[in-house]
Amino acid sequence: MIYVYSFLFAGFVCVLGQTILDNTKLTPGHVTALFVVIGAALDTFSIYDKIVEWAGGGALVPITSFGHLLLHGALEKAHDHGILGLSMGMFDLASTGIIAAMVIAFVLSLIFKPKH
Amino acid sequence: MNKKRYNDLVQKHMPKPGKMYNAMKAFIIGGSIGVLGQLLIDLFTKVLDIPQKEANTYMIIVLIFFASLFTAIGFFDNFVSFARAGIIVPITGFAHAMTSAALEYRKEGLITGVGSNIFKITGSVILYGVVAAYVFGIIRYLLFGG
Repeated sequence: MIYVYSFLFAGFVCVLGQTILDNTKLTPGHVTALFVVIGAALDTFSIYDKIVEWAGGGALVPITSFGHLLLHGALEKAHDHGILGLSMGMFDLASTGIIAAMVIAFVLSLIFKPKH
Repeated sequence: MNKKRYNDLVQKHMPKPGKMYNAMKAFIIGGSIGVLGQLLIDLFTKVLDIPQKEANTYMIIVLIFFASLFTAIGFFDNFVSFARAGIIVPITGFAHAMTSAALEYRKEGLITGVGSNIFKITGSVILYGVVAAYVFGIIRYLLFGG
């Protein structure tokens, strides 16, 4: 059943993105930045946590989960260190994705040539 | 009326490629990536016995790796312009944007090219993600104590 929810939620987020792209002048860059902010906003009241429980991978795949991971890392450290902990833990959970993307992109740019 | 003007007029009055069709494509492709993510998580937790939290991370790394690799090989660009939000909104879009920036600026050198421009598109995601998480983090910290 979690596969159905995964499909529905990830699909729903993408449809939202596509609707914004089709009906406004916003670029994909705007949409992804907006969705990260929405992900963090939804997590302020633990809504995104519930979505992750419910939709599993479907909730972790869209870029909204990036905002959710940033906020969670920050809050975990804030628990022990107060407001300063927000900055200490910000990248705790999200860094794996960013670093993977950076390192892979760099190595590939050494190996491959752009097609056009 | 010359041919070019005629074509322009025809273009203007042709119905725009359906928004419903675009939304449908985004739904199916985005949803499939969500299912793929869940499949990978199940594979990692059940077959390889990796704890849930690490499995989530491995899943994201695997998706990023393949999205970057396909971008570098070259056939991902066409797929992105076909699928639009279905690819851009999932984490695959993040990897695609970063790899295509790295590849595009490679010819300008490693420092002034790749180094300065790798975050050209994805930088906004990280900046606004961090600022938003900071603001909402303070709100949640003050309201609920973390």
